[in-house]
Amino acid sequence: MIVGRQKPLEEIWDLVSVYGKVLVFGCNTCVAVCHQGGNKEAELVASMLRTRATTEGASMEVRSGGIERQCEHEFFASAEADIEWADAVLSLACGVGVQFLVKRYPVLPVYPGLDTCFLGDVEKAGVFTESCQACGKCILGLTGGICPVARCAKRLFNGPCGGSNRGSCEINKELPCAWHLIVDRLDALGRLDDYEKLASIKDWSTERAGGPRKLVNEEFVA
Amino acid sequence: MKTPATPSNLEKVLCAGHLAVTSECGPPRGTDPEDILKKARAIRDFVDAINITDNQTSVTRMCSLASCAHLRNMGVDAVLQMVTRDRNRIALQSDILGAASFDIHNILCLSGDHQSFGDCAAGQNVHDIDSMQLIQLVRMMCDEGRLLGGGEISRPPGMFVGAAANPFAEPHKIRVPRLAKKIAAGARFIQTQCIYNVERFIEWMNEARDRGLTEQAWILAGVTPLKSAGMAKYMKNRVPGMDVPDDVVKRMAGVPKEKQAEEGITICVETIQRLKEVPGVAGFHVMAIEWEEKVPEIVERAGLHPRPSVG
Repeated sequence: MIVGRQKPLEEIWDLVSVYGKVLVFGCNTCVAVCHQGGNKEAELVASMLRTRATTEGASMEVRSGGIERQCEHEFFASAEADIEWADAVLSLACGVGVQFLVKRYPVLPVYPGLDTCFLGDVEKAGVFTESCQACGKCILGLTGGICPVARCAKRLFNGPCGGSNRGSCEINKELPCAWHLIVDRLDALGRLDDYEKLASIKDWSTERAGGPRKLVNEEFVA
Repeated sequence: MKTPATPSNLEKVLCAGHLAVTSECGPPRGTDPEDILKKARAIRDFVDAINITDNQTSVTRMCSLASCAHLRNMGVDAVLQMVTRDRNRIALQSDILGAASFDIHNILCLSGDHQSFGDCAAGQNVHDIDSMQLIQLVRMMCDEGRLLGGGEISRPPGMFVGAAANPFAEPHKIRVPRLAKKIAAGARFIQTQCIYNVERFIEWMNEARDRGLTEQAWILAGVTPLKSAGMAKYMKNRVPGMDVPDDVVKRMAGVPKEKQAEEGITICVETIQRLKEVPGVAGFHVMAIEWEEKVPEIVERAGLHPRPSVG
């Protein structure tokens, strides 16, 4: 899922303080799981903005709302009235949702309420860990199911580097060395010999390097 | 005696069967070539080649390539250290061609310290390819005269290709396989991490020898003199992948502060003496960090001076 983190209220206030009617708009899927951008969090942020507006003596009306996903047209019907009402929308979705709103409402000011952080898993309640960088050409089959692109600070294909330190990455003791994990996993699978296979140079054209990406699934194109 | 494949002085010394000696110099944080020339002049007669570090610890410095070119101009065999952190495959190939145009005949392929340790912690890192793939890339450029994109190289580089190895880091089970992998990728010489735990190093060498790796690449044992007990502790506790045994720390701490530097040099010389007896050790890489002026003393006391002239 996509993991995000709420921006500090100060930054949010600077973005929206000039508007009279602000809709704080939750996205109730990924960013709700990390308790940062769901419909519940939208209510909280709206309430903080109201307090701030009062403190500042600003005449701002704030509403909260939300839908299941801000990245798909089909969920928007229930929110049209709120969006119509607003002078500006503070979206608590990831960057995808924010931009989807921009595409859908070309003249409506839309601002991000979150910093979109990464694609990750829920390691345990409240802990989210990056595990994929959507490079467009999955190599997990070669690396024992652990991704060095997302989880090695140098995205090495033939690691570990000299900075691997007792199972930790050189940049942070709390961060496991991905290549240490890969080696242990290959060993556990009885595939340690595979470690010596040289990984060939990666084609990054399917990643950010190749420019913005698009996937068209012809069968389903209306 | 093996036949050298490149004009590298280091390779010629190794091929002739001598124990080789290399050292390294860090370029200045400035533009004065004299900074690097001065360091090189002080040690040139005591080593076969001088490594120039590539923005080590991710701190911005004069580039390795320009520094190596200055060394070449004074007739010193330079080892161009090149990290994959800062350059994509276009820049790497371009710099290799540029280095070869200055007759720089040695390259050490590294991934580089993470940028978060340096003076541009907020910067991007590149890591388009990794150090293992850089080894393959340089070998392809030299041996096949081809660029990655397939283009032919007019006057292909003649470079003696090296890699780093750390016998001490975890996971231990892949220390020798990792060496084997670098050699399979095309590394012809290896410079190791600084050795303080000689026993552990010997185990690693034995295993490497059993696999025939010492027949396929020259292994230069890395040594770094300790300046103080504080440095020993720092290396032990704070530098990733460094194995400084307690008895070394104790020995440094056991002499008065003003004698510790001397003790550090003595330990370094004794380490070299012991390692000379280890089959498979082809030479030494003396890394006297910001202490280059001590290299001549270490080399002399270790009985490695004068350096052979191999034409």
